[in-house]
Amino acid sequence: MPVRDRGLWHHFDSLDHQADSNLLGMWVFLATELLVFGALFTGYSAYRWRYPAGFEAGSRHLNLLIGGVNTVVLLTSSLTMALAVRAASQGRQALLVRLLLATLFLGSAFLGLKAVEYRQDYLERLVPGLAFDRGAWQELHVNPNHVQLFLIFYYVMTGIHALHLTIGIGVLGILTLKASRGHFTPQYSAPVEMWGLYWHFVDIIWLFLLPLLYLVSTRTSFY
Amino acid sequence: MTTLTTPYRPQAKVTETTAENYLNVAYGVKSWLLTTDHKRIGLLYLMSVTVMFFVGGVAATLIRLNLLTPHGQLVTADTYNKLFSAHGIVMVFFFLVPVVPTVLGNFMLPLMIGARDLAFPRLNLASWYIYLVGAFLMLLVLFSGGVDTGWTFYTPFSSKASHTNVLPAVTAIVIAGFSSIFTGLNFVVTVHRLRAPGLTWFRLPLFVWSLYSTSIIMLLATPVLAMLFVLLAIERLWGVGIFDPALDGDPLLFQHLFWFYSHPAVYIMILPGMGIVSEILPCFSRKNIFGYQFIAFSSISIAVIGFLVWGHHMFVAGESVYAALVFSLLSYLVAVPSAIKVFNWTATLYKGSVSFQTPMLFALGFIGLFTIGGLTGLMLAALGLNIHVHDTYFIVAHFHFIMVGGMVMGYMAGLHYWWPKMTGKMYSEWWARLSALIIFVGFILTFMPQFILGYLGMPRRYHVYPAEFQVLNVLSTAGASILGVGYLLPFAYLIASLFGRTRSGPNPWAATGLEWQTPSPPPPQNFLVTPHVTCGPYEYALSSEGDHASS
Amino acid sequence: MAETLASSRSYYLVFFALLALTFVTIGLTFLHLGRWHTPIALLIAFSKALIVALFFMHLRHGNRLYWLALGSGLLWLGILMTLTLSDFLTRDWLSY
Repeated sequence: MPVRDRGLWHHFDSLDHQADSNLLGMWVFLATELLVFGALFTGYSAYRWRYPAGFEAGSRHLNLLIGGVNTVVLLTSSLTMALAVRAASQGRQALLVRLLLATLFLGSAFLGLKAVEYRQDYLERLVPGLAFDRGAWQELHVNPNHVQLFLIFYYVMTGIHALHLTIGIGVLGILTLKASRGHFTPQYSAPVEMWGLYWHFVDIIWLFLLPLLYLVSTRTSFY
Repeated sequence: MTTLTTPYRPQAKVTETTAENYLNVAYGVKSWLLTTDHKRIGLLYLMSVTVMFFVGGVAATLIRLNLLTPHGQLVTADTYNKLFSAHGIVMVFFFLVPVVPTVLGNFMLPLMIGARDLAFPRLNLASWYIYLVGAFLMLLVLFSGGVDTGWTFYTPFSSKASHTNVLPAVTAIVIAGFSSIFTGLNFVVTVHRLRAPGLTWFRLPLFVWSLYSTSIIMLLATPVLAMLFVLLAIERLWGVGIFDPALDGDPLLFQHLFWFYSHPAVYIMILPGMGIVSEILPCFSRKNIFGYQFIAFSSISIAVIGFLVWGHHMFVAGESVYAALVFSLLSYLVAVPSAIKVFNWTATLYKGSVSFQTPMLFALGFIGLFTIGGLTGLMLAALGLNIHVHDTYFIVAHFHFIMVGGMVMGYMAGLHYWWPKMTGKMYSEWWARLSALIIFVGFILTFMPQFILGYLGMPRRYHVYPAEFQVLNVLSTAGASILGVGYLLPFAYLIASLFGRTRSGPNPWAATGLEWQTPSPPPPQNFLVTPHVTCGPYEYALSSEGDHASS
Repeated sequence: MAETLASSRSYYLVFFALLALTFVTIGLTFLHLGRWHTPIALLIAFSKALIVALFFMHLRHGNRLYWLALGSGLLWLGILMTLTLSDFLTRDWLSY
């Protein structure tokens, strides 16, 4: 029996075969993930079509400054992630660890900023069910029910997105640990590449959340 | 080949082999709970899914007993609501959806394509544990007061009115949903990446095609249900109006997202059954399957078209008339691939050398009952008729013909067909045939009266009914008791076969599929040598003369 | 992996293109674009997503099956949205 490569399962012919299957698995999983957010996009579209005024008013009260900065943060994390995958396939261990750490840091920074934003939203009484000022919206001649629907979708979409990012940060943490122990080689770098795909996907979702939540209509200020 | 028309009789002299197989390779609880062998995981699933089947069955029994009398003397209205909810939730989410993919699919898929395992063995084990957590939570819900929303969890009842364990119940379903996503993911990658050399797509067994189509549905429908239940939970927890008309929400959005999963879920249930029938018919007709490519592509097209029809569940719910028209038309379309299958199966039997062993009996039962279920489905897709029979026992009878008459018959067919491969033992053919007959008779007696009841106007989900419906209800309950005996019998004789001495040998049915080319039970690595495939899966003509001349 | 290794310079170029598009889309939200507001914002989002997928996720020289997976996801999302909205958009056409 030929010597099996390290990390190779018995039912695959070669590391390439295994890596390729892992990547396909991740792509298929991302198709599933697309429908996770797809359900929310559908509900959002239905209500936005029906209550455009409420959605526009709600959107203008979100903090575009934090939303915009977070977009840049996440895009930068995608860059470091892509470079990390490159470093892994070149076998540059030290660079790989540094880039993974940078990605981890940027992902956490996104979550930190998001938390600050949620807190502000709470202080501005923009949280249906917990802190929501129906009267204030009526004074603006906007139906509070419609704003509430917008805000619910804002929290569910960003919340599920943040959950995905948290999972991504957890997995990257494990990968960083393994990378620092020299676990990955140019032949065996599929886990990094696979979770890189996941990371980029979470980034892509945010690229849609930005216009759908923060850029619904013409704004006059960032917040 | 002379033995083919008579019931199988294993050879008297069975050499006591000491060969290593997946059962004797390791012993002990740990070797099972930490296994990554798809065959062992299949058996773990078999046990857990069977438990859930009996839990759902107990609820069904109590429902039928209560309906013996018009006044519902057995249980209160509240308990009755909880009973039919428990029956629906357990049977749909914890039995029908997972059963064939996770038990027979898990076990047979790698064997049928000449692979050593599924693509992601650890994910496979994880999916079983996830299923177990979901099932356990669901049982906890049922035994700590239950849930009374029905398996559909329609809002605003589930979000505003119900005081039962709605949140834990939907959590359990979401957890079980992850399990089926992981199974689907595993199957798709396995079929793409781990086929044996020479096994091209059009040499794949049709069961594999059906599992592939099923996996597509699992992957693309389940996440929508999960998100829907997240929205439901938020509405229930914080009292905000996502689906509440009083707060400008729309209950129909709930129904849209719900049926986007739950209608295709019907095809998750029936497609694997169709795959099993497509395996069994050629084997017991000693003929190549008729119209292989049509059956293969009809599986894929059911998976796609099945997603275009969900609005037919909402015809009377206030859905747009124009959308209803489109959904009605599309619903007729999905009958086309189903009919293609039935016609091709019938043509497979034509001039075949048919023998009626147990798997074949169940498979023929499947075809007959599924056809009735499918044709009544066409009636329901008609807008006008749908209004007349909506939410009546006609619907109940219709979907039980598909799910029990179709799916459970298909599962029993597959279980009896592959049982000798899974265990290396042969069950008692006499008892098995008897149970096939009992199940068929019991099923017809249970659900035929329900068609009539529904057409006469008896609504579903009521624990009392007008006295004039009693005769038909008594018939139905009588049928259910026969059906119950039919389901208990296999439990007994299949377990008995494990302790019996009747070995099956590698290929008791003289079948042609790859899974029969390896010992029973299979060795841990599935095949002693990697198979090289040179022809299609149903080349029965090559092994018996005469059939080929007519084609 | 058999695929060709992209230069790190190309990654930086892609990154700056993404940044530029982000600034454009945020800038545009301060203009009065009327009913074109959302279509333009979504078009930019789609282009950014496509760039990330093609370059960062290596879809450019990815396996056909990756395209198939992505395509199915998008097709099913399309089915979900189209048919759901077919109800919402036409419900008031006929009043009872």
